[in-house]
Amino acid sequence: MTAGAGTAVARSAEPFGARLARWVPKLVLAPSFVLAFLFIYGLMAWNGYLSLSASRLLPNYEFVGIEQYQRLFESERWWVALTNLGIFGGLFIGCGMTIGLLLAILLDQKIRVEGVLRTIYLYPMALSFIVTGTAWKWILNPGLGLEKLAHEWGFAGFSFDWLINPDRAIYTIVIAGVWQSAGFVMALFLAGLRGIDDSILKAAQIDGASLPRIYWRIIIPCLRPVFFSTLMVLSHLAIKSFDLVMALTAGGPGFATDVPATFMYTMAFSRGQIGLGAASATIMLATVAAIVVPYLYSELRGRR
Amino acid sequence: MGALSIRDVRRSYGGIEILKGIDVEVEAGEFLILVGPSGCGKSTLLNIIAGLDAPTTGTVHIAGRDVTRALPKDRDIAMVFQSYALYPNMNVAGNISFGLEMRNVPRDQREAAVQRVAKMLQIEHLLDRKPGQLSGGQRQRVAMGRALARDPVLFLFDEPLSNLDAKLRVEMRAEIKQLHRAAQVTTVYVTHDQVEAMTLGDRIAVMKGGLIEQLGTPDDIYDRPATRFVAEFIGSPAMNMIVAERSPAGLAAQGFDLVLDDGQRRALSAGAPGPVLYGLRPESLSFGDAGLPGTVTMLEPTGPETYALVDTAVGKLTARVPGRLHQAIGAPVALRWSAADVHLFDTRTEQRLA
Ligand SMILES: Nc1ncnc2c1ncn2[C@@H]1O[C@H](COP(=O)(O)OP(=O)(O)O)[C@@H](O)[C@H]1O
Ligand SMILES: [Mg+2]
Repeated sequence: MTAGAGTAVARSAEPFGARLARWVPKLVLAPSFVLAFLFIYGLMAWNGYLSLSASRLLPNYEFVGIEQYQRLFESERWWVALTNLGIFGGLFIGCGMTIGLLLAILLDQKIRVEGVLRTIYLYPMALSFIVTGTAWKWILNPGLGLEKLAHEWGFAGFSFDWLINPDRAIYTIVIAGVWQSAGFVMALFLAGLRGIDDSILKAAQIDGASLPRIYWRIIIPCLRPVFFSTLMVLSHLAIKSFDLVMALTAGGPGFATDVPATFMYTMAFSRGQIGLGAASATIMLATVAAIVVPYLYSELRGRR
Repeated sequence: MGALSIRDVRRSYGGIEILKGIDVEVEAGEFLILVGPSGCGKSTLLNIIAGLDAPTTGTVHIAGRDVTRALPKDRDIAMVFQSYALYPNMNVAGNISFGLEMRNVPRDQREAAVQRVAKMLQIEHLLDRKPGQLSGGQRQRVAMGRALARDPVLFLFDEPLSNLDAKLRVEMRAEIKQLHRAAQVTTVYVTHDQVEAMTLGDRIAVMKGGLIEQLGTPDDIYDRPATRFVAEFIGSPAMNMIVAERSPAGLAAQGFDLVLDDGQRRALSAGAPGPVLYGLRPESLSFGDAGLPGTVTMLEPTGPETYALVDTAVGKLTARVPGRLHQAIGAPVALRWSAADVHLFDTRTEQRLA
């Protein structure tokens, strides 16, 4: 409040202690700021340059323009990775949101064991994708998990071999991913539902709306901001998904479940195609940015 | 049979009885006020009338029909909530017409209803806005509009003005009164504000702890409060209560003889012996040359009148006198009143004696 006219005079006469107090936060923050700048934005820029270079096994700074990108989009494996990302992303986001929303609506019906159920549903989120992937690898493994269990129970004809079926394996990743994130989505939606004034529901009941109509016409539209945040979280999880795929299928069978992140990793670190890997990383960065930047922009503008 | 009758309604939550047997009959076109301190069960009772909550025992009849188990939508009622409860995702027109839409009223009739209500409440320029873009007073009007869009047989209001600032509250109070006079729809109106209760109600039910302490016209309630609680709850500043002992002359407190009229003496001798509460409204007290001596300890001028806190031998008394007071703080004064203004209550049962 006293700033404005006061500061100009105060600054010259400021005692050492006060000047120190003003500088300490900046000094403390400086190292992490420099490190973050170097290791996030610096490496991003380096990666961007590599993607325009002729790098193979080792970085090589010979500038080749967009040749790596051309090779990337001519590669069949990259197209498989993109298609998989489309399938996985679409189903992961769609099923995750639907199941999460349904769970939240069910839990919102004032049921008695809500606390317990909420914890159970939320629990998978506490696991890392590696654990989820490994656990589901065992569950879905025809020789170990569900199929074997069904056989032991006497359902000899039961067969569930999606994990080793090149056309189906990508859906096992969807199952594991949705299992992991549905509880988290539920928590987001539940918080949104709890934020809706109870008397709005009462007013709608008096207005003659049935429960499904209340949800469809009033509650779900009121959750629009939650839908947006959930979409943001899930879509960037989907684009970045790496550990889940690595643990569950490692991109296999063959490269049937490759996604851009595993493609990038394989190219850059085991196939000696650093330039190609860098180009795919840049495409992923651009995709994430295309989603996040407009969101951040609208959020920040909305604040003001 | 009245427009609304509530018979021996009780409601418990988890073993705790919140409503302990409510009986009310409301005539068609009547404006009934439910007033009482926070937590006495007013909203619970209103929700039971609306069908948003069910009584544990007892029945609710609306227009002669038993609706105790009927859904809210089948009761032909409209309700205005304290938080307004507007649908945030719909604009004002959508909010007003939602109830009609749910009842499958054709579009042109819905639009006509929106126009009629908007005109009545002067919100025509707001129809395209979302609730988030409205001020508190405007939201309140929209909430009223939503209730008025249909022609319900019963209006329910749950503290509709509590979230408004003082000036707007007075304006809306007058407007609700006019709307009711014009439409003559039976109304149950919950408030904890005794001024709203006194100015709006045809009859007032004063509630306390899940029971109706007194049900009567505003004049009844003010002039003949049935219990000590009603006497102290209605009226601002609250009624002065002097603990009085029996004396040969009638009643005395700390050796000071308290005036009584013949009817009061008779009621006293008919009642049980023991101490009595001697109640005086602040406006019944005036300053005179002789009377109960005391000293002024605080003055609260409100403009048209002044509240004076006077320390006397029988306790601190508040006097409410017109205009400004010339006495200074600490000045010796004498308080006078007439026996006709006295209210007597039993100290033990807290019921009115006379
Ligand atoms: N759903 C409920 N479950 C348990 N207790 C409730 C519930 N609703 C209201 N109560 C209790 O009932 C009492 C009366 O509440 P309410 O009718 O809202 O009071 P008022 O509207 O007069 O302030 C309060 O003590 C409140 O805690
Ligand atoms: Mg209430």
